[in-house]
Amino acid sequence: MADEQPEKQEKKNAGKILLEELTRGPSAEGPWWRRAGQAMLIPVLAVVSGLILGALIIIFTSEEVYVAWAQSPLLGIGAAIQVVASAYGALFAGSIGDPVRIITALQSGDELAIRRAFNPFLESLVASTPYIFAGLSVALGFKAGLFNIGAEGQLFVGAIFAAFVGYSITGLPAIIHIPLALLAGALGGALWGFIPGWLKAKTGGHEVINTIMMNYVAFRLSDWLLSGPMKRPDSFNPVSPTIQESAMLPRFFEYPIRFHLGFFIALAVAYMVYWLLFRTTWGFTLRTVGANPSAARYAGMNSVASIMVAMSLSGALAGLAGTNEVLGLNHNLAMAFSSGYGFDSIALALLGKSHPLGVVLASLLFGTLRNGATRMQVVAGIPIDIISVLQALILAFIAAPAIIRTIYRLRVPVEAEEGVFIRGWGG
Amino acid sequence: MTTTALRRQVEIVSPTRQRVMGIVFLVFGFAIWLIFARQTGADQVTTFALTPGGSEVVLPDWRVPSAAALYALAMVSVVLGGVQLARGFGRWTNLVLGLVAGIFIFGFLVWAAADKSLNLGGLMNTTLVKAVPLTLGAMSGVLCERAGVVNIAIEGMMLSGAMMGALVGSVTGSLWLGLLAAVAAGALLALVHAVLSITYMTDQIVSGTVINIFATGMTSYISSKFLQVYQNLNNPGIFQPWPVPGLSRIPLIGPILFNHNLFVYATFFFLILLHVALFYTRWGLRLRSVGEHPKAADTLGINVFRTRYMAVILGGMMAGFGGGYFTLGSVGRFDEVMTAGRGFISLAAMIFGNWTPFGSFGAGLLFGFADSMASKLAILQVKIPSEFMLMAPYIATMIVLAGVVGRAQMPAADGLPYEKE
Repeated sequence: MADEQPEKQEKKNAGKILLEELTRGPSAEGPWWRRAGQAMLIPVLAVVSGLILGALIIIFTSEEVYVAWAQSPLLGIGAAIQVVASAYGALFAGSIGDPVRIITALQSGDELAIRRAFNPFLESLVASTPYIFAGLSVALGFKAGLFNIGAEGQLFVGAIFAAFVGYSITGLPAIIHIPLALLAGALGGALWGFIPGWLKAKTGGHEVINTIMMNYVAFRLSDWLLSGPMKRPDSFNPVSPTIQESAMLPRFFEYPIRFHLGFFIALAVAYMVYWLLFRTTWGFTLRTVGANPSAARYAGMNSVASIMVAMSLSGALAGLAGTNEVLGLNHNLAMAFSSGYGFDSIALALLGKSHPLGVVLASLLFGTLRNGATRMQVVAGIPIDIISVLQALILAFIAAPAIIRTIYRLRVPVEAEEGVFIRGWGG
Repeated sequence: MTTTALRRQVEIVSPTRQRVMGIVFLVFGFAIWLIFARQTGADQVTTFALTPGGSEVVLPDWRVPSAAALYALAMVSVVLGGVQLARGFGRWTNLVLGLVAGIFIFGFLVWAAADKSLNLGGLMNTTLVKAVPLTLGAMSGVLCERAGVVNIAIEGMMLSGAMMGALVGSVTGSLWLGLLAAVAAGALLALVHAVLSITYMTDQIVSGTVINIFATGMTSYISSKFLQVYQNLNNPGIFQPWPVPGLSRIPLIGPILFNHNLFVYATFFFLILLHVALFYTRWGLRLRSVGEHPKAADTLGINVFRTRYMAVILGGMMAGFGGGYFTLGSVGRFDEVMTAGRGFISLAAMIFGNWTPFGSFGAGLLFGFADSMASKLAILQVKIPSEFMLMAPYIATMIVLAGVVGRAQMPAADGLPYEKE
């Protein structure tokens, strides 16, 4: 009896810890939906606050509002509401779809019209896909206590590898060529992640600086490759040849829908990351090294190997983000195609609390915003860059939950907030 | 303090480091010999023009017999390497390393411009000009990190400074007000960084990332909403070069150092000011103590939070000033994302310069040289792609950080938020 009890208790504890890991909630009391709600509270409030502040920025930078305000304050407020409504309305229509249009398209029965009406939603999923990969990359690093700020560079190198395998190898069936290209992309990213990981583990050189440096090395490398060895012979622009058809990720619908297999690969990879982190001993080691390096060392865990593998995997995930863009969307590699996924992915990982499921949800949100913003720019004349501002604001609120707590007068949770990630430059 | 000093001394005279350095010198020497000298014909002559474009003081060209010069340079490097291996230069090691690096770079130039003409004066001139924003950004980093706050938001602060400088400069028609706005923009973002990372104890990298994303988004937003639509909002003009009377007429040095606009002189001024303030005043001692051991500083009655706030905001002002260079000192208009990662190179320069103002300036010069050399490579028809030249600073920074050549000495409490007990 006495022997059995502690074992039982331990098992229970492990389950409890896992649940807490899943929800990251302050308390493990109550049904799951309450715990989930608690875990989501701060992120949701952060997003709402970000959207409100974004609306204010839109109002204060719109000339119509000032013109109307000069006539009468009431007109000014009306104009302000109208500006925001038109901007966020376009954002919604551009990212989810215009309900009126969907209904008319369904009534008319015209297939092309139906596809066009549903395209915004599917296009949002397309835009979310690289975010999922890149967000997972940073999240995996966070779990291991590493700050991978170099997703951008790893993404580029992954894209280079994938594009090279994609266009240079001919005559393979798609069933072999696609996995090969994906693997190459992951390998490229892993290489770019391994170097800072190795430097961190062996010399203590901080991964933040090294990954930033690796970013710029990657940019220059791709500049050189695309204007030299990998340049399409018949083009004046720095762009690689188009990849073989057998390496293109299949699309599920006809023109104009670009929705492709990459989205499901991303979901599968997200599940794999979850499984790896929370269901394997290796994942446990990695999380322990991340949460408490000295405890890990005392427990006899190999933190050097753990750091190197974590950085390589993190790089591989980022590499897949670039691979996805090459194989799924662009079908070639052009200079500077990445548009800031590297830094956005940090926001994603934090918004998703470094949990794969959270990252997927955060990525869907960011992808939706990013996709809708294109329409917002055309229809409402709001530059697409407002999305970056929104992302920065959301990230700020997530990173400093105390601000959100003060604004919304929330109670401080019993448990401490997620700890600080870095321990000085030297590591 | 004593432990740091002790460690530094041990490191310089440590036999491993002595050996590694000696091998590095030898590698440089053999590289000059194997790569450069053997490819150079005996009758080739390198011509260096010593007069930067637009200078009134004309110096005759300097003609160097390429092969002979290269063999001599290789010999000097190898000899220095041998001495280092046998005896060691002790505390002069870093100086000798600089010398050997300089020899290598000179050898590279002699080889690259063999049978051709290279305007050395012009090259040095552009190197200095390109080093200016990097040095200003790096000094911003030095200010923040010496007080224990990591600042990767230099890029965002510079970008905002550049945009506000252009906008306010155009609206008011005054360059000085534009410059003031640039400094204020940097300070404002630095205040956000300070509030997030010092008061709310957010991870400093996250806080920096927030500022970088925000600054990129906001400047691009305002740019495409206003600056590109109304051209008169984006036409501030630039600070004109002001030759220092007398000094600018010194041959070679005059046009390189003393024929520039405000920003170059200000960089010199801030360099000396910051160096003296950091290392020879009570203010600097306090600032550094907060970055090295905040708890001890607090015990001695130094207000850690106030000191860090001050350092970060001053750093932001410096970065904003550096950002102003892009619009008010160089191009005269704002373009989206025009800093193009210079803030991050500044960060590298700061690390390369071992968290000191003059070290940062040296690193800035090195990086500026790589940048200006990259554009010359095509003209000289050298086989090395210019992209590799541009990669060099980043790789060099990683090597320095890895401690292969020398151990980077960062402030001990850099990146750690301080919590009063």
